[in-house]
Amino acid sequence: MFESARCIYCFDAPCIKSCPTSIDIPTFIRKIGTGNLRGSARTILKANLLGDSCARVCPVEVLCESTCVFNDSERPPIPIGRLQRYAMQHGFASDLLPKADPTGHSIGLVGGGPASLACAGTLALLGHSPVIYEKDAWPGGLNATGVAPYKLKLEDNLDEVEYIRSLGVEIKTGVEIGVDIAAEDLLGKHKALFLGVGLGADSTLGVHGAEGDDVVGAVQWIRRLKTDPTLAIDGVMHAVIVGGGNTAIDAMRELIGLGVPFVSMVYRRSRDEMSGYDHELSPALQDGVSLVENAAVAEIQRENGKVTGVHIVETDPNGKPTETDLGILPADLVVMAIGQGKLADLVKQFRGVGLTAKGNVVVDDLMVTGNPRIFAGGDAINGGKEVVNAVHDGQVAARSIDELLRRSDHG
Amino acid sequence: MADLAVDFAGIRSPNPFWLASAPPTNSGDQVMRAFDAGWGGAVWKTLGNPIVNVSGRLGSIDHGAQRMMGLNNIELITDRPLDVNFKEITEVKKRYPNHAVIVSLMVESRDEWIDIIKRSEDTGADGLELNFGCPHGMCERGMGSAVGQEPDVLEELVKWVMDAANIPVIAKLTPNISDVRDPAMAAVRAKADAVSLVNTFQSLIGVDLDRLTPLPRVDAASSHGGYCGPAIKPIALRMVGQLGREEAFTLPISGIGGISNWRDAAEFIALGAGTVQVCTAVMHYGYRIVDDMIEGLNDYLDEKGMAGVSDLVGAAVPAFKEWGDLDLNFHVVAEIDAEKCIGCDLCHVACHDGAHQCIHLPDTQDQGIRVPWVDEPECVGCNLCALVCPVVDCITMVEKRRAPEPETWNDRVAAGRGQIPGGLADLK
Repeated sequence: MFESARCIYCFDAPCIKSCPTSIDIPTFIRKIGTGNLRGSARTILKANLLGDSCARVCPVEVLCESTCVFNDSERPPIPIGRLQRYAMQHGFASDLLPKADPTGHSIGLVGGGPASLACAGTLALLGHSPVIYEKDAWPGGLNATGVAPYKLKLEDNLDEVEYIRSLGVEIKTGVEIGVDIAAEDLLGKHKALFLGVGLGADSTLGVHGAEGDDVVGAVQWIRRLKTDPTLAIDGVMHAVIVGGGNTAIDAMRELIGLGVPFVSMVYRRSRDEMSGYDHELSPALQDGVSLVENAAVAEIQRENGKVTGVHIVETDPNGKPTETDLGILPADLVVMAIGQGKLADLVKQFRGVGLTAKGNVVVDDLMVTGNPRIFAGGDAINGGKEVVNAVHDGQVAARSIDELLRRSDHG
Repeated sequence: MADLAVDFAGIRSPNPFWLASAPPTNSGDQVMRAFDAGWGGAVWKTLGNPIVNVSGRLGSIDHGAQRMMGLNNIELITDRPLDVNFKEITEVKKRYPNHAVIVSLMVESRDEWIDIIKRSEDTGADGLELNFGCPHGMCERGMGSAVGQEPDVLEELVKWVMDAANIPVIAKLTPNISDVRDPAMAAVRAKADAVSLVNTFQSLIGVDLDRLTPLPRVDAASSHGGYCGPAIKPIALRMVGQLGREEAFTLPISGIGGISNWRDAAEFIALGAGTVQVCTAVMHYGYRIVDDMIEGLNDYLDEKGMAGVSDLVGAAVPAFKEWGDLDLNFHVVAEIDAEKCIGCDLCHVACHDGAHQCIHLPDTQDQGIRVPWVDEPECVGCNLCALVCPVVDCITMVEKRRAPEPETWNDRVAAGRGQIPGGLADLK
């Protein structure tokens, strides 16, 4: 309440412009102040169906809060993320948004991550009948299994998935395209499709020793952390994370939180060039992580199959390894956070859907792919961004799909 | 160092800061702690025949993050026995001979007034304040504002008191009246030594929307109360100023109403108050706030080259005029400092929806901040933009006179130019 009163209710507020889903932030904050918490949550959901997880995982420091006008007047910005979490915790109800009359149109969505959930939820509110196909046992995508638990717990995400389901979305888990059902059959079954397939498995390093136990992909490791109660890291003294993105930092912060005594991070360029957010990295460095900049892994050393160390070398200004030896970092766990592969083989099963050279799905501003009945959004089109970007894509696609279906109704 | 000591209608006080008759002056212990903190005087919580109070006595409104911008109470006069009060007043006066102790009184019959005045004087108190202002509870019994709202009754009662009293008498006025000059002039006719104003405004602080009972809740109901605190300051200030500029009104004024700091106090003094009384701010923050009041007023007087409080008393009264005497040729326009602007654009929306549509946003697709611009010929100089702007000194109202010579509305009427085109006479 106190913090909500600090917001000056800007007209033309810059925070709205810097939110990928354009949440009317000053309005939801004002409603917190008047005790209209349901209205506050409604304002959030109207713009962003995954407003709850976004309140937890959004990098507000570089999005909405970074553009708060108070930054220009030597006052701390409004804690928008915290206020959004408050509004969603105390004002949320599953019946806040109005639902249109049923249209009878069925839409298939491939992948159960944030982009598909947002798209499906929006379609359901517009009266359509969306069906999500998720190959995993859990719906939610990276929100369920990929976001470090210190930000978003699995249970909280599943609550949000239940909300989307309650809007009239059918979710089929354990269904893999091309194995359990063919892409062509999906196109035949549904009036339109949305591809929210995300990215593939963690990339690996082609160096000696990289194959085998004790070397794990960061996304896969976080997934186990959140879903596998048998995961144990007892006895890990030295963990080395390879990479400089936010997934690397997530993994690192979890390892510190789990009590691994020595955690180091190896990045092939300088700290300034990292794609990981400084506001996430700095606290980790304060917690004692050692950062090795401008270094690449030359070899992972093993004894009797167990990892014992990481041999690193200096890199050149392009991030390429040189001959300059930097020695051995002791290690008994190596976490690879050097990106995720693309699901090109999956996407290629859908006729007409094009890919960029980097393997991203090609879409126009309305999220239409090369096939006018197929839409796409999220990491699959942008190569890996924030949850809020995926939500935006999904919602834009839903409105495009709605437009297409209504045109066909009248056509 | 300016001289803060005052002589108010014969009551001497080391400074003009008094505690108003209210919970902060309920007991000797409190008043002595207040004097230790620096307060120059205290008007004791009103004495009269014993009452019982309800539980659930106060309610307030907040403004944004600011708590208790307005406070409402339904507490009555003292609920402690008279002999205890008199004993404590005597003790306080003995220990603090140089501080002002004023006893607030409220009884019904003439005999009761005479009796309680004598007993009050026996304590060594410096003055009496007659509570003709309390607008809740006591007025239902024919006392408090029931007296203050009837100038003839007030005059009669003050005469009884003046006949009996040997120490200065202050009549405390209610603001719950159409023209405060009526009871004030009654006090002049009855030869009171001074007046104090304002007492609280009749108010209903709110409604509990779950129980559908007014606030403050006394079980399943409430009653109207008396409203005070920063929210009432402008209304009280105007009433004090109204008496300050009234030629026929000659008595000293003790100003009361939302005074929370030295600035508020200085404003009341500039409009004619000789002392000021404080309650809500002390109920909010404690006696310690007087430290800032003393320093602040002292430094202000020094800065203005004033030797003492009396130099400031009424200094702003000549400039407090009727609307018809204001200069119509004075003109200001808004100027926005683009360097300071943070782009909240509140001035734009306020001007467009709530004023005269002269502040516009540049038409740009740029994602950066949009600094609004003023269409100067359209600006009427209303000040709204400068008031809503959250940045200090970002919007200034720049003086651009319409003509060098002043001309008031009354001048225009006198010159036969009181008819403005577009009125009823011009309709076909």
